[in-house]
Amino acid sequence: MIHLAGPYLLAAVLVGTGVAGVAVRRNAVLVLVGVELVLSGGLVLLVAAQASGGDRWAAGSVLPLFVITIAAAEVVVALAVVLAVFRRRGSIDLDLPGAAGDAGR
Amino acid sequence: MTPLDVAFAACGLLAVVGGVLAVSTRHVVRAALWLVVALLGVAGALLVLGGELVALVLVLVYVGAVVVLVLFALMLTRAPIGPDRAHAAGPWRAAGAAALGAATAGLLATVLVPLADGTVAVADVPSSAVAEQLFGTWVWPFELLSLLLLAALVGALAVARSRPAPSGAAAGEAAGEVP
Repeated sequence: MIHLAGPYLLAAVLVGTGVAGVAVRRNAVLVLVGVELVLSGGLVLLVAAQASGGDRWAAGSVLPLFVITIAAAEVVVALAVVLAVFRRRGSIDLDLPGAAGDAGR
Repeated sequence: MTPLDVAFAACGLLAVVGGVLAVSTRHVVRAALWLVVALLGVAGALLVLGGELVALVLVLVYVGAVVVLVLFALMLTRAPIGPDRAHAAGPWRAAGAAALGAATAGLLATVLVPLADGTVAVADVPSSAVAEQLFGTWVWPFELLSLLLLAALVGALAVARSRPAPSGAAAGEAAGEVP
């Protein structure tokens, strides 16, 4: 027996922490840490839906696996972009001016 | 408070403390390592909720692969060993981010917590049932995921590899224009 308020509260706090991390970081690699925290909050919600017995087709176990896989693919591509930007500009500071101009050329 | 509630609270506390430290520490490498602590806490919470397979895959993929990738990227972008003063956020920005995070968490909690209708018995979904559904109902999304992973692999290689010599000179010129 478990009370469902715990998982819901944990998911809300994890998502809030992740959003704060995305907003506060200037290092492009560390923005991904916040994204991972947001996604783990989503995972907690999905598995809590399974624990309450309200899902069909084992969606509470299968959809988290999909989310984890998509997150891994997203991190790989994002880090490749960060490395390419670092090679070109010599910095991964997201506040550096000229970032929009680089995209236009 | 049942024993499951206590175990969930302990794992959740570990996850929240690890997450807060991961987004607030000044040391970039320690941020990635605190993310490991947070994800282990989340995995423990998922284990308490009855999602053993999800918890194991979380540890395997996130802690085993994603965090190692993040550490590699930090090394390749010449992260400093000590506190990262070049990318330090100002106090106003930190306060704004904290307010944004607290607002998001508060909004989600006010929406979600009233939906919790008392204690429930944790549903036991055996791994064999998960496998049956994964390769039955969900088989096409599952196969599409393998295509997605292949596309991500090829795309990451294409984006991150060095340019060949002729266009490499042009890239060097372009990089030279940036002050």
